[in-house]
Amino acid sequence: MNAKARRFREKFYKWIFGALAFASLVFLLGITLTLFVEGIPVFKDVKVFDFIFGKYWYPTHEEAEFGILPLILGSLWVTFGAVLICVPLGVGSALFINELAGSRLKAFLKPIIELLAGIPSIVYGFFGMVVVAPFLQNLLNLPIGLTAFTGSLILGIMATPTVCSISEDALSFVPQSFREASFAVGANRWQTLTRVVVPASASGISTAVILGMSRAVGETMTVLMVCGGAAVIPHSFFQPVRPMTATIAAEMGETVFGSTHYHSLFAIGLVLFVFTLVFNVIAELISRRFRIKLGLGR
Amino acid sequence: MKNNVLIGLLILGLAAGTYAVAAKNLTIKGSTTVLPITQSCAEAFMNKHADVNISVQGGGSGVGIASIIDGTADIGDASRPAKDKEITKAKENGIELYENVVAMDGIAVIVHPSNPISAITKEQIKNIYTGKISNWNEVGGRKGRIVVISRDSASGTFETFNELALDKEKVRPDALLNASNQAVAQIIARTPGAIGYVGLGYLSSAVKGLEVEGVLPTKENVVNGSYILARKLFMYTKGKPKGITADFIDYVMSKEGQKLVDKAGFVAIK
Repeated sequence: MNAKARRFREKFYKWIFGALAFASLVFLLGITLTLFVEGIPVFKDVKVFDFIFGKYWYPTHEEAEFGILPLILGSLWVTFGAVLICVPLGVGSALFINELAGSRLKAFLKPIIELLAGIPSIVYGFFGMVVVAPFLQNLLNLPIGLTAFTGSLILGIMATPTVCSISEDALSFVPQSFREASFAVGANRWQTLTRVVVPASASGISTAVILGMSRAVGETMTVLMVCGGAAVIPHSFFQPVRPMTATIAAEMGETVFGSTHYHSLFAIGLVLFVFTLVFNVIAELISRRFRIKLGLGR
Repeated sequence: MKNNVLIGLLILGLAAGTYAVAAKNLTIKGSTTVLPITQSCAEAFMNKHADVNISVQGGGSGVGIASIIDGTADIGDASRPAKDKEITKAKENGIELYENVVAMDGIAVIVHPSNPISAITKEQIKNIYTGKISNWNEVGGRKGRIVVISRDSASGTFETFNELALDKEKVRPDALLNASNQAVAQIIARTPGAIGYVGLGYLSSAVKGLEVEGVLPTKENVVNGSYILARKLFMYTKGKPKGITADFIDYVMSKEGQKLVDKAGFVAIK
């Protein structure tokens, strides 16, 4: 094979893989564009302020109201609850796996936790609806088991593998010399863990938490099945809520194509997109700081 | 647009290749309420006519009617009559929405079997669903919060219930909205303090159907018109049905088809 042909082949492969890498960008642009094109027309009929801060969601009523505040708060409420559950679970198991468990236990635990991420969300939803909701209803003597709390619980379990595996990575980035130095000045294992290892990987763990949040806020099937679906501004964890994702999933199939309701669902998607975008930007900023701090940026 | 045509041709080509023998295809989309009728009739019809292939999809009444307008289905199932908006849209596209009434359905108001209440008035239903009544003792039951279960505001069952029972007033915002009759029945069966509504076909021993205005939600009472929460079920077609579409609708309306309607828990009209 002569040099010319080889150079051509190299160039050819470079273009092919380059095109594949840019494909994601094309998809992202396409999706964003669709969200804007289909979502923006709702503001011809509804004022932006009334849309985001409106308290009532009656999209099909004769005097329709398109206030998504209860839906936004529903999403945030459930996500907040999920964080309270997935952070101790995820970070705790990461600490155990990375710092305390022996290599055999680690080889067993890590794949098991990651397997949790492989369970389809509809299975989680079904489990929540059939097992967890009736259980909580009886245990706490609630009028109904399908509540924000139930959603948070299931979402928290779902986000645990994300939080655990990113935290574990962050912990393993802490150089061994940090631990050795800590032991050398006479710190015990607990002190080393809480005063050296965790602070050194704090930004990595924060990234894990934020990515866990963005996983929870975007989850659809589970919240549709277990959150109850009442579009009210939540004032307790033990009442039904209607997150944004559940609203889109439940109503898109029945809405008239091109109607205000149809566009409003895309606009909700747009709001949701902004939320996950903010989460991801924050996660990216923190993780960048973390790389520099440990001297791994170069 | 050009791409759509190309893809359409491709699919047609594939379909023609695959169904070289079964040359006749029938696509039916729409209301999940009408789905059990469509499905059992389609199966029986295909058993009789080996050369016909029927594909049945859900999606809701809105999807059913829309699919006739955009030509993606031969029959559009709906649990409500077409709205003026939809009729206008069809006319703009030069399509006549032809209405075939195939069965009737009653909407039963249901509670948990342990609930002492067995009868309710339309006024009470309305007050519960619009938020004027929140405790069971206000309608003669045991003291306790009423958990109000409703359907998604875009579903055909909701629209019918909203019109027949609530005079189109807004449902209280804290009502739990669910995506299917099945989901509503399941929640009611597990929740002692809940009230909900489902198609008559979803009544079972796991829930208690309430008398409305003194009339039990039974098939007889729906047909004789004494039960007030009742509605017609439609199969919409593009113009008067022709060919295989007409054969299928004739089958649904036949003695055999109406028996299947009855079996699916709806009310036969012939």
